Amino acid sequence: MADSNNHNSLSRFRIAPVFLFRWEESQQAHVLMYPEGIVKLNPTAGEILTRCNGTNTVGDIVLQLSVLFSEQPEFIEPRVHQFLEVCHGKGWIQPQS
Amino acid sequence: MAKAGSNLNLDGQGNPVWLLLELTYKCPLKCAFCSNPTDLDAHEEELTTAEWKKVMHDARKMGAMQIGFSGGEPTLRKDLEELVSEADDLGYYTNLITSGIGLTRKRLENLKKAGLRHIQLGFQSSDPQTAHWLAGVDCYEKKINIAREIKALGFPMVLNVPISSVNIHQVPEIIELAADIGVEYLELANVQYYNWALVNRDQLMPTREALEAAEARVAEAREQLGDRMTIFFVIPDYYEGRPKACMNGWGSIHLTIAPDGVVLPCSQARSLPGLDFPGVRDHDLSWIWHESESFNLYRGDSWMKEPCRSCSEKEQDFGGCRCQAMLLTGDAANADPACSKSPHHHIVQEAVTRALATKQDHKKLIARDVGWVSTEV
Ligand SMILES: C[S@@+](CC[C@H](N)C(=O)[O-])C[C@H]1O[C@@H](n2cnc3c(N)ncnc32)[C@H](O)[C@@H]1O
Ligand code: SF4
Ligand code: SF4
Repeated sequence: MADSNNHNSLSRFRIAPVFLFRWEESQQAHVLMYPEGIVKLNPTAGEILTRCNGTNTVGDIVLQLSVLFSEQPEFIEPRVHQFLEVCHGKGWIQPQS
Repeated sequence: MAKAGSNLNLDGQGNPVWLLLELTYKCPLKCAFCSNPTDLDAHEEELTTAEWKKVMHDARKMGAMQIGFSGGEPTLRKDLEELVSEADDLGYYTNLITSGIGLTRKRLENLKKAGLRHIQLGFQSSDPQTAHWLAGVDCYEKKINIAREIKALGFPMVLNVPISSVNIHQVPEIIELAADIGVEYLELANVQYYNWALVNRDQLMPTREALEAAEARVAEAREQLGDRMTIFFVIPDYYEGRPKACMNGWGSIHLTIAPDGVVLPCSQARSLPGLDFPGVRDHDLSWIWHESESFNLYRGDSWMKEPCRSCSEKEQDFGGCRCQAMLLTGDAANADPACSKSPHHHIVQEAVTRALATKQDHKKLIARDVGWVSTEV
């Protein structure tokens, strides 16, 4: 896997093709499904991954979330970066080239 | 397959999460390790396309999210593409569990269009001769070709290789082959002894030394390959002294439908004597899951006997596999005898000793000889 620390606020991510990401009514949560499993996401994680659509930059995501959760972008930013790193490390998302 | 708990970080909240459709018991191969029933003639009438669709709808309403099309050989069903398409429309993550025999480039393309997301290809060996011994049919060439077609079409893929004394020494070559094909996951599935595998147990049991050598090679390969390929090494429970967390517990998240519509907590459960599993032709699926006697019998832990009842590990392994407890101890409510705390653990140990004292000879493998159909793919 590529070095996961090299994204910045201009990077764009999308859900890796192996995964199916969607809202699951019966769980009242976003889920990420892959061949051998399912991950149920907490609301914040769900909101971030919803925005990993290949179009939004990481910077866009930070701004949108700060509006959504009424928090300062400075507070949101490191958390978003950290979460995206984890997702990238797990292969859930890919950089949009 | 009696899978040790699938990867999951959510709770089914009392509902099924995984739906396994065994579309047919028929198969063009005759694997000596096959976990399909040995008495197939008893259950012939396969569900129709419309009946399968109803099952998918009903299970989806109940909360199921993952679907597996298996068998037997699911590609023998001409309506496979139609069923996959319906499953995709319903929002399932679609998996095809196949031997590859019966697949063609054209069919793969159509399955892709229908929304198939992932393929698990069953594989016997990196050596054509060994593959022939294990599958009872010459199939190596076809499988390799279809594996490459699957990758060429961009499907993510698991190569599932049941491991036994017959092929365990080939683990390094199997890993190499899998990496060369470019699969994402390699599942080295130590054979679980049900049905045909139980019939052939004396011929299939590897030695502890062979298992340790194989595990060491797996560890090396993981190091080398890094993220390129994930290798699962399913625990050989006869040796580990630990039972598998079978199906994440009875009637917990797994729902299996047999070809004739009989509803099971696990494919193997059909072999439990005295249990009358209801079918979707006669009952509502939700009723079967929630209310039927057979689904409630071993749900939770109130059925447990000692040592499970007061064991600190019962939340992790649910007392192991009910079918294995039945097959080896005669009572499904006993602890799985693979567990070293089970008073019946000696049965497993004796089986190992007996198997290892048996001269291993591939000519003594008993090929699965029911439900065979020829195909000229
Ligand atoms: C019963 S098969 C049915 C699907 C298809 N015919 C195939 O072989 O892939 C389902 C999966 O179980 C694996 N399998 C069969 N018998 C097994 C056993 N006794 N222990 C472990 N895995 C087994 C096969 O390799 C396959 O991946
Ligand atoms: S005989 Fe082999 S290919 Fe056929 S169902 Fe059994 S494991 Fe699969
Ligand atoms: S005694 Fe029962 S619950 Fe405890 S570890 Fe063994 S099988 Fe599991």
